[in-house]
Amino acid sequence: MDNDVVIRTEGITKTFRMGEVEVHALCGVSFMIQRGEILSIMGPSGSGKSTLMNILGCLDRPTSGEYYLDGNLVSNMGDDELAEVRNRKVGFIFQSFNLLSRASALSNVELPLRYAGIREGRRERAIESLKAVGLADRIYHRPTELSGGQQQRVAIARALINNPAIILADEPTGNLDSKSGKEIMEILLSLNRERGTTVIIVTHDPTIAAQTQRVIRLRDGLLENGA
Amino acid sequence: MNLGQAVLEALESLNSNKLRSGLTILGIVIGVAAVIAMLAVGEGAQQTITGAISGVGTNLLFVFSGNFQEEVRNPQPLTLADVDALRDQFQAPSVANVAPVINGQVRVSYSGEQATTTVNGVTPDYAVVRNYNVTEGEFINDEHLLGQASVALLGPEVAQKLFGRKDGVVGETVRIEGQPFRVIGLLESKGGGAFGSQDDVVMIPFTTAKSRVLRRTRDRVDVIFVQALDAEYVDEATDEISQILRSRHRIMLGPDDFTVFSQEDFVQTARTITGVFTIFLGGIAGISLLVGGIGIMNIMLVSVTERTREIGLRKALGARKRDILIQFLTESSLLSMLGGIIGIGFGWLISFAVGRIAAANNTPFTPSVGMNAILLATLFATAVGLFFGIYPANRAANLEPVEALRYE
Ligand SMILES: Nc1ncnc2c1ncn2[C@@H]1O[C@H](COP(=O)(O)OP(=O)(O)OP(=O)(O)O)[C@@H](O)[C@H]1O
Ligand SMILES: [Mg+2]
Repeated sequence: MDNDVVIRTEGITKTFRMGEVEVHALCGVSFMIQRGEILSIMGPSGSGKSTLMNILGCLDRPTSGEYYLDGNLVSNMGDDELAEVRNRKVGFIFQSFNLLSRASALSNVELPLRYAGIREGRRERAIESLKAVGLADRIYHRPTELSGGQQQRVAIARALINNPAIILADEPTGNLDSKSGKEIMEILLSLNRERGTTVIIVTHDPTIAAQTQRVIRLRDGLLENGA
Repeated sequence: MNLGQAVLEALESLNSNKLRSGLTILGIVIGVAAVIAMLAVGEGAQQTITGAISGVGTNLLFVFSGNFQEEVRNPQPLTLADVDALRDQFQAPSVANVAPVINGQVRVSYSGEQATTTVNGVTPDYAVVRNYNVTEGEFINDEHLLGQASVALLGPEVAQKLFGRKDGVVGETVRIEGQPFRVIGLLESKGGGAFGSQDDVVMIPFTTAKSRVLRRTRDRVDVIFVQALDAEYVDEATDEISQILRSRHRIMLGPDDFTVFSQEDFVQTARTITGVFTIFLGGIAGISLLVGGIGIMNIMLVSVTERTREIGLRKALGARKRDILIQFLTESSLLSMLGGIIGIGFGWLISFAVGRIAAANNTPFTPSVGMNAILLATLFATAVGLFFGIYPANRAANLEPVEALRYE
């Protein structure tokens, strides 16, 4: 196995069963992503982009097919192992930020470190991470005291904190105005450029897709252009 | 995540919804306070009753006619001849003193003032056996007994009722059932006891009571008080009394037709009764604690539903099932523990107030909040929180991350 391949999927399918009806969200998706790549996933609404992202982020298991993350077969790991993979190898960025509203930016960013069982230097690392997204002066602000763009930057700082192998962003700019959206894209691009982090972005916006090295297109649960 | 962290986070989360947390805690507070107060009252009652009984003197035995445990046909009454037999130093070497008593309710009057009270016909030994002292005058002596003298000793309560004072009554003449009696002494106050107030009493010579006031046929005696040589001789004395009375009453087989009660028996009986009483009260209070626990479960379930997205997010960030479980269990047990601590305080206040009310009503009764009650309540409250927290916490821990994140 190539050490520079960070993600490899083999015929991944996902079928949702809703009573009598079966929804085939993914119908056999195979592709590879090199370490250090930045790419976008596009496709019409309902084509299975979020479903694929959830599987890549180990939030969900494929119905069939194999998924290797960082050389490990994760498609049949147990719950606790998956939790650890999510904690250490994956950084999530959601469309709706998903910050804990009661907690400060600092505590939000620290959270993955807590679940990693790290006790020493959490605060310093969290501050470091917030600095990297340009929020050094907002560490004690709560999400409600931050703009949408700033909230998304906190989310990026949180995704970064454990130095994950991949960062998954599902429509990260979907809830933002174009200016903040641009800022967020800047941060993601510079992350990829300066740290070599693998970044996967789901987007409907062609200008965003154009900034990435590669575009994967999904339609009805299938890849349009191969890998 | 370590425990300190979990507690901090749980406190933060409870703090963010103060009213709800407060109301949930209130349920536990009421439950624990009720348990604490009930146990304290029960314990206090036990101490008061056993204390009152012990106060009578530990080497004292009571002999009654009849058997309280088994059915006996035609029990023979106790008589003066029985009393004499018990005085026999050879047959009853462990017995120090014997005092027969007959008693009944009588009307006592003094220049228009009237009172109904207990009259005891006693012998001079009674003062020794029951440890009675006079605050003024003297006790009944052998001459009074032989002469069937019309003399009486008044308890302080009776003196108060008839004369409006508790001193300077010696030499006055009172009427008992219409017959004039000269007051020769005033008994010292003994306070309330296990058998009602020991101060609301009149004592007259045994012989006078028998022939003129209570009119007992033959030589019948109501109670025989027996003083053993020492507290250690109580068991021997009991055996000796039983043997003497059995042979005198011609009982070969079958149950006694009399009962010998020791101090210890009374204390035991009282303990059993107050113990049952305490368990009963505590049990009822425990039900309210249970209701408080159900309140916790209810609130935790609401909280899990409300925070479904948060749970999903935490899982996405690497929380294991165990982490989520601990988070919610910590919250529910913190709720119940806080409730428990406040409840102990309240329970203590309630029992203190009960003690004050009792004192205001002249009942010497001190509820006591024991260490074991506190431990029990804390443990029970925390257990309630854990138990009723398990279901909601489990529900949270088993949420699928994707489903939870989609939840609106
Ligand atoms: N939990 C679920 N239960 C049933 N069907 C589901 C579930 N999740 C997704 N689907 C279905 O799977 C298909 C793919 O959904 P998905 O969310 O991946 O689309 P998407 O490409 O992310 O769309 P959008 O661009 O609107 O976000 C849809 O038809 C959707 O209805
Ligand atoms: Mg989507």
